[in-house]
Amino acid sequence: MESRFRVFLLTITFALSAMSVTAPALAAEKSEQKSAAAGDNPANEVIQQDPVIQPNVKRREVKQADIETENFEVGVFVGFLSIEDFGTNPVYGASIDYHVTEDLFIQGRFGLSKAGTTSFERLGGGVTLLNDSQREYLYYNVAIGYNLLPGEAFLTRDSAYNTSLYLIAGAGNTEFAGDDFFTIVWGAGYAITASDWLAVHMDFRDHLFDINVTGEDKTTHNLEATLNATFYF
Amino acid sequence: MQKCFTTFVFLVSFLSVSSISYAAESEEHFVKVADPYIEMHTGPGRGYPIFYVAARDEWVQLLYRKTDWFRVQTEDGKEGWVSAGQLSMTLNPSGERVDIRDPNEKDFVVRDWEYGATIGDFEGLSVITFYGGYHFNENVSNEFIFSQASGTVSSKTILSLLNIIHEPFPEWKVSPFFTLGTGWIRTEPKSTLAATRDRTDQYANYGFGARMHLTKRFLLRVEYKNYVIFTSRDDNEEIAEWKAGFGFFF
Repeated sequence: MESRFRVFLLTITFALSAMSVTAPALAAEKSEQKSAAAGDNPANEVIQQDPVIQPNVKRREVKQADIETENFEVGVFVGFLSIEDFGTNPVYGASIDYHVTEDLFIQGRFGLSKAGTTSFERLGGGVTLLNDSQREYLYYNVAIGYNLLPGEAFLTRDSAYNTSLYLIAGAGNTEFAGDDFFTIVWGAGYAITASDWLAVHMDFRDHLFDINVTGEDKTTHNLEATLNATFYF
Repeated sequence: MQKCFTTFVFLVSFLSVSSISYAAESEEHFVKVADPYIEMHTGPGRGYPIFYVAARDEWVQLLYRKTDWFRVQTEDGKEGWVSAGQLSMTLNPSGERVDIRDPNEKDFVVRDWEYGATIGDFEGLSVITFYGGYHFNENVSNEFIFSQASGTVSSKTILSLLNIIHEPFPEWKVSPFFTLGTGWIRTEPKSTLAATRDRTDQYANYGFGARMHLTKRFLLRVEYKNYVIFTSRDDNEEIAEWKAGFGFFF
């Protein structure tokens, strides 16, 4: 278990360092491209020569619908899910976010994991509670997120990245032990916007549902920690 | 596994269809500052520091938009974020004010697509529903529905491609609607109980509810539905369902 966590932490460190190396380079490249593009644009040259509106310069009317929006964010994630009584296991999946305002967003998420064995099964000598396919753990949910603490992070002297600490709560379904369970999800996350199109999220969530597979009816807390790479479009 | 995956694909495809129809061609858009100045922030949020001001008569290029913030570039290459409120104080090349505004009640009335999720009670079972709807006109729409209900005895999956919704007063702040629909319902008894077989039946339902425009592309929705399930047994089963949730529209 310890080694898995080490791998997980190493992954985070690796991803963050890769990001810090590539992001400024990408940003620089992009701004170069942009300034080159601006130089090529004849309309722009006209402005530089004479800022007064020229009747023969054709500029398009700016219509709201023509401006590209980047309110959607799709992502893939990996991490760990602690399934109550069944150990901690890797989880992976995908997510899609729609940003309604700077504060509020809606998120849909889909994840897959596989449960280990309970201590009862390990000590019981050949007892099994679930068969192999019943150990598959799948979930999907929709949640509302709130950007509680937006901010900036300064990784080096010359690089600042926009960040946000957000809260999230929602509901969904979990398929586990051969059954479906209505599930409440809540948690918090931290996002670092690495470039115009890329962000890295760290998420911590609790999935709550009622189950009686271990012989009693109980509400289980299934804690999940994930690292999510997302792309704006 | 397959069910979860199908649901996700269903959601993603809905979202992508709408965003494609909303995507813009890449063109360059310039506006002229008409107020004494506009403030450029380092990030798309009210708290991010202002690092530059573009003065009156300066031209700025609009690059893209993220919620209520616009990424702009000045002529000397400075890039920053300007709020929609400030941008509405700039001029088009023709000299008119730039038409930047948020979707409002009027856009809500004439929406084409609506997506959302609701949670509620399906006769003792907790239910979560995803839906997507297309509006033929202001009054009539059709919705696709995927629902998953689960309880201690059984779980049910509902799929419907036909749910006609009639909204008699679309311009009302709280707009009531009536619905008639049909689809399939799959019942799976819990695996910890004595094994009975899964079954899939057709159903028909009627219902009513109300929608309210909240802000921007957001709406609230409350509804009641009564299902009649055509079982293979002698009597049909009737189920009442209450749900509330949110949606957004395009």
